[in-house]
Amino acid sequence: MTTQTAPRIPSFMEKKADRKICFICSKGNLDMAYPALIMANGAVGEGIETHIFFTFWGMDMINRKTMHDLKFTLLGNTAMHPPRRWGISMAQGLGGIPGMTRMATWMLKKQIGAQGVPPVPEFLDLLVESGARLWACKMSVDMMGLKKEDMHDGVEDIINVAEFLEVSEGAQVIFV
Amino acid sequence: MTTTLIAGREIHVDEEGFMTVPAEWTEDLAPLLAKQVGIDELTPDHWVVIRFLRSDFAAEGETATLRRISTNAGVPTKRLFELFPQKPGKKMAYVAGLPKPKGCI
Repeated sequence: MTTQTAPRIPSFMEKKADRKICFICSKGNLDMAYPALIMANGAVGEGIETHIFFTFWGMDMINRKTMHDLKFTLLGNTAMHPPRRWGISMAQGLGGIPGMTRMATWMLKKQIGAQGVPPVPEFLDLLVESGARLWACKMSVDMMGLKKEDMHDGVEDIINVAEFLEVSEGAQVIFV
Repeated sequence: MTTTLIAGREIHVDEEGFMTVPAEWTEDLAPLLAKQVGIDELTPDHWVVIRFLRSDFAAEGETATLRRISTNAGVPTKRLFELFPQKPGKKMAYVAGLPKPKGCI
């Protein structure tokens, strides 16, 4: 046991090089939307400069018409090991049965909600409130015929690749 | 295990500086701890958060996350970032004499 006489400044207050992180969200499935949002939320809470760039199917995460309605499907997902099934996975082909996507989405939303995680649109509000910055991809916007008004209010701007590279300069970039 | 002297009292802390014995914390320590993380004055809003953290820890045995504070103590996330800038989760746990939060959200 050691005793220090001077009041101790916690180690998290030590000045480190400014850290910056940039997530690229390229998927519009419910299960692919959350990882970046959760990590970005953690990053911004650690005082890290945080950006999220939405592109291609990731546009569904910020499109007002779709952001409330992201889905989760069993199809193509061999990692379905529901609780209490002793490691037996569900045949992913069952995802093709009508109503299955709806049910799987409902279940996943319920499980994520139970962890205190907000639905995607509210999560975006929360991130913006916390200081994260959201960007939409110019080419995706053009391709999908979207306008800024069609997107979540937190989206700061529609930017092209060159601008994205400027925004992400010096950042750790994570592609989802 | 390290101890540090705050307000003339010996306080147990971990290697990061967080208090390890919640019972050693008293309200008069909070302003001193706050100074260590760059908060010069504790306002009534700071105290709402600190007191919530203390009572929630006593009930749950775990330090509340930002999300839990905003939904249960009624302090919006934006305000939490204003009160405890940069690293709100760690700063508020530190000032309240609790371990850093373990939850992800």
